[in-house]
Amino acid sequence: MEPSLASYLALSGILFAIGATGVIFKRNAIGMFMCIELMLNAVNLTFVAFSRHYADVTGQLFVFMVMSVAAAEAAVGLGIIIAFFRNRVSVDVDDASVLKN
Amino acid sequence: MATTALFFVFAGLAIACALSTVYHRNPLYSAVSLIGVFISLSCIYVTLAAPFIAAVQILIYAGAIMGLVIFVIMLLNLDEDKPYRKLHYLYALGGFLGIVLLAQTFFVFFAVKRSPHTPVNVDETVGKTLNIGANMYTEYLLPVEIVGVLLLMAIIGGVILVRRLSQPELTLIVDNELERRNEADEKDDYRIAL
Repeated sequence: MEPSLASYLALSGILFAIGATGVIFKRNAIGMFMCIELMLNAVNLTFVAFSRHYADVTGQLFVFMVMSVAAAEAAVGLGIIIAFFRNRVSVDVDDASVLKN
Repeated sequence: MATTALFFVFAGLAIACALSTVYHRNPLYSAVSLIGVFISLSCIYVTLAAPFIAAVQILIYAGAIMGLVIFVIMLLNLDEDKPYRKLHYLYALGGFLGIVLLAQTFFVFFAVKRSPHTPVNVDETVGKTLNIGANMYTEYLLPVEIVGVLLLMAIIGGVILVRRLSQPELTLIVDNELERRNEADEKDDYRIAL
């Protein structure tokens, strides 16, 4: 027998909760970035589980799109982190305070 | 039965690695734990009869994205995250958010478990690469083209963001930064490295 759809959804929800909590707990921009990737993966698991449940390929195509967006996000996000490090010599998000004044 | 056992093994591994990602202060340990999450999820995709997604998960996430992240960690020579944070209420907020999301998860778990809906026609061939490719280049052609444009934009954006600055620009940035720090009279002079 196979695990039910509910088990996959529960795993996905737990991973998403861990990722969302991590984004708030982490101070360092790269750590936050990795927690966002974790949340994207949780959502991908939901898509694939529903794709299996309804025997429909659309969910898996959406996972492909999400992965492409994640790759684009990685390129641009890490570029922003490097540019920020160049200006502030830090990746701590608390130091991103140029707009404060 | 074997599928259920594999699911619980890899689900436990994924959750343990995810907790380790959030727990470790050293970004490199976090990155390696996150690779563990990706590999566990890839194994779960195999049990869900989605071999293409499982392969792409390893190639793109564990290979490309985490390779990039680890290169950036090494390039910036990051030390450990400092434990102190000025905004203490964020810890309470984060814990609260986590508990709310977990409660929602269990609500969904029991709601879906009790619903009478049974899977319609579970077909083993739905996740085959041939099937995915056929759909991708017929019905979903426009989204695929848009993703192509998005990736091109990401390439251009990445190149522009991390290009080497010309000497006048760099001097201007360093001067502004030094001026800002003198005004603020900050104590952490040791970080001025530019």
